[in-house]
Amino acid sequence: MNHEEALNLVPAYSDNELSVAEAAGFERHLNGCDECQQEYAEQVRMSALVKHNAVYFEASPQLAKRLVAALPKAQSSKKTNSIWDWNWIIAWGGKGAVMASLVAIVWSTSLFLATPSFQEKLTGELIASHIRSLQVDHLSDVISTDQHTVKPWFKGMLDFSPPVIDFSSSGFPLEGGRLDYINGRTVAVIIYHHNKHPINLYVWPDSSKDSGLQNTNRNGYNLVHWAVNGMDYWVVSDLEARKLTSFAESLHNQLGKPMKARGQE
Amino acid sequence: MPHLDSAFNLARWLTHGNQEAEDIVQEAFLRAFKFFDSFHGDNGRVWLLGIVRNTFYTWYQQNKQQSQYTQYEDDLHSSEASFYRSAEESNPEAILMQKDSQRLLQEALRELPIEFREVMVMRELEDLTYKQIADIIQIPMGTVMSRLGRGRKQLAAILAAKTQQGGSQ
Repeated sequence: MNHEEALNLVPAYSDNELSVAEAAGFERHLNGCDECQQEYAEQVRMSALVKHNAVYFEASPQLAKRLVAALPKAQSSKKTNSIWDWNWIIAWGGKGAVMASLVAIVWSTSLFLATPSFQEKLTGELIASHIRSLQVDHLSDVISTDQHTVKPWFKGMLDFSPPVIDFSSSGFPLEGGRLDYINGRTVAVIIYHHNKHPINLYVWPDSSKDSGLQNTNRNGYNLVHWAVNGMDYWVVSDLEARKLTSFAESLHNQLGKPMKARGQE
Repeated sequence: MPHLDSAFNLARWLTHGNQEAEDIVQEAFLRAFKFFDSFHGDNGRVWLLGIVRNTFYTWYQQNKQQSQYTQYEDDLHSSEASFYRSAEESNPEAILMQKDSQRLLQEALRELPIEFREVMVMRELEDLTYKQIADIIQIPMGTVMSRLGRGRKQLAAILAAKTQQGGSQ
């Protein structure tokens, strides 16, 4: 892939819209091209900015009422070949409302049953990202064992500041960092290793409340999850569960120390 | 009403005011119910957003001819303010700064040409794929990509210019 082609594909790459083969070719170029890296950083930054900060306009309850009122009048002609007989549902007023909510309940329940649980989906995404990071020689965007190099690198790329702590003394040296896209947002990934086993630590802000360490095993990979101080943490590795948990524990202990105004509940 | 919020959000980003957006959504829902038989896709939201967009452009063409579409309803400080996602921080200064940068972003997005704004709203706020956006606008996926890319660059440039101006309002 030449520079011109790669530069054109930057938006699609940052939106995860390239095929695996295209993405691999793109990354081979990206790793050695400053201009494409800058372009990529800008695309990711602007995308995250709009996604998280632009106003989402919700419809007012009055609009919903207005629509219900407008519909029967507009459909006075008796046309009943639609599978959803809207005319009938709406024209019956009270009964119609009951019917409509029944339809809504059945519909949302079936949706709920059909989709995998949020946690399951997230676990799958994390493992896919972990594997991808090992496959295409794209473990780190910034390679450094110095936390004072890795932390500033994230600045300007993200709308939050991930904690970067070196654990060399406990046998888990810092290796670098990169950006990734998980759960519909850009996240920070901090990379450690232990005896040649790479460990990806995923961090993103989450408003749900703190939770302790939870272990999961899937496809032979171990995952540990916790949340503290408004941040979600996931570590993923092929390292054995006991060691990974002890690593997660030491991270959790460091991060769990009260930061800024928000203490521990 | 299924997908009402999505329909309204898109309409509200295409137009400048609540009233126009609500009129467009109402018209779009009437059309949707009327033509429900012709819906054979698997994603009702994508189908509906396509109708919302067509309704908007029909309305926009008519209003442009009557040249009544010049008033800019600057209601950022009234109705839009209430839409701002509340910051969960307890630090008033941080909230103030965030509100300020959100206002700048809002203004900058409004200044973007509509063909860039609409793909960005569909991508970032409605979480649609390139394929879905391409279906709605009836353009190739490559055009979706290039509009997103150029839109983001232009947005960055507008924001940079606004930040340069400093706190002037």
